[in-house]
Amino acid sequence: MTEYIDLKTPLNDSTIEKLKAGDKVRISGVLYTARDAAHKRLIEMIESGKDLPFDVKGQLLYYVGPTPAKPGQVIGSAGPTTSYRMDTYTPTLIKMGLKGTIGKGGRSNEVLEAMKRYKAVYFAAVGGAAALIAKTIKRVEIIAFEDLGTEAIRKMEVESFPAIVVNDTKGGDLYNIGREKYKMPY
Amino acid sequence: MRRINTEQIRDTVEKLCIDANYNLGDDLITSLRSALEKEESPLGKEVITQLLDNAEIGRKEQVPVCQDTGFAIIFIELGQEVVLTGGDLREAINEGIKRGYKNGLLRKSIVKNPLDRINTGDNTPAVIHTDIVPGDKLKITFDAKGGGCENMSRSAMLTPAQGREGVINFVVETVKSAGANPCPPIIVGVGIGGTFDYSTLLAKKAILRPVGSNNNDKTIADLEIELLEKINRLGIGPQGLGGRITALAVQVEAFPCHIASLPVAVNIECHSHRTKTVVI
Repeated sequence: MTEYIDLKTPLNDSTIEKLKAGDKVRISGVLYTARDAAHKRLIEMIESGKDLPFDVKGQLLYYVGPTPAKPGQVIGSAGPTTSYRMDTYTPTLIKMGLKGTIGKGGRSNEVLEAMKRYKAVYFAAVGGAAALIAKTIKRVEIIAFEDLGTEAIRKMEVESFPAIVVNDTKGGDLYNIGREKYKMPY
Repeated sequence: MRRINTEQIRDTVEKLCIDANYNLGDDLITSLRSALEKEESPLGKEVITQLLDNAEIGRKEQVPVCQDTGFAIIFIELGQEVVLTGGDLREAINEGIKRGYKNGLLRKSIVKNPLDRINTGDNTPAVIHTDIVPGDKLKITFDAKGGGCENMSRSAMLTPAQGREGVINFVVETVKSAGANPCPPIIVGVGIGGTFDYSTLLAKKAILRPVGSNNNDKTIADLEIELLEKINRLGIGPQGLGGRITALAVQVEAFPCHIASLPVAVNIECHSHRTKTVVI
């Protein structure tokens, strides 16, 4: 459990299929950010046939709304937000080639099914460890929806961003595995 | 009579927002350290260690410990011998919030209309609770309430027949269904009694007690101990990845209620419990 798997984005199916629930990873490369309001707009763009601000194929989406950066820093604190609020939007993006999402908390059956069918994984980052996580973010650029402030879509370059695989492409679920292992009767 | 200028309240609120978001309380840190000792899951231990490291970064570098710097919740206890001068109290508080969130580089997380969802841009308005109390002091408590844990909070109107067991089941089920969502290890605030609305206020007040403190009423303190024991048997663990420590504390506040009712409210607080109090 102490070994890390190094991942470099973009990711392909063969890399994704090797990941198992419980694997600890360190992600380097590009992450795109989006949370509630940005997802709503992305899906509206897809429904009206418009091109998205970035190509989701092979990419990872990080659910985050950072604090403003201090002068001289690229970003403020930037931990994950709760993922289930994005569940209604996620299957559409996975179907378009998104290879994974990063957040915290459980996903819907629809998202889990989409991940199995189209080969994608769900990673958890440690919620509330926002100052620690921010240290792995090296460059940030707002690429869409600047009017949304913290909810704008950002392209982030990260180095050794820490995460853990919660849901893999075979149906493995770390939240269930973990809970079953430690639960006690009462 | 004692005069307090609302400009002093504004400046105090500004400092409270920043202090709470950068510097976690000693009670919380002590509780996290004790959780680290008790946790059996290696992954759970790793998570708690990261939370302690993160708290240290917040303190040393003076940055927010969590990116969700919260809804600004303000509790005012205003001594009845105090005369406020210099302007409107609510305006002063909101101006303090505005300045604190701007100058402290905190996130602006409030939308003006729940349906239109346009950001107010300055994290105002605050939710302000005001109590008039005896004396000539003014006590201001600030709490940065994160959205993720607030979303997992629940309330119910139980029947008197459901009693203590009904309360226990409702609280444990609420935490169980919340799972990994509210950023465990959590602090569970419970309000029992009062009315539909008042039970939820009690639950929020319960969160603001020192972390791990027990109610002075022994029957309520026993309920807190039993609830914590049961919740920590769920196995959810730090960040929901499995483990012994799902909750750091369960804190219950009670109030008399109607012969027909047993209101119960569960307000969940994430481990990133950011609250500070100042007495003027």
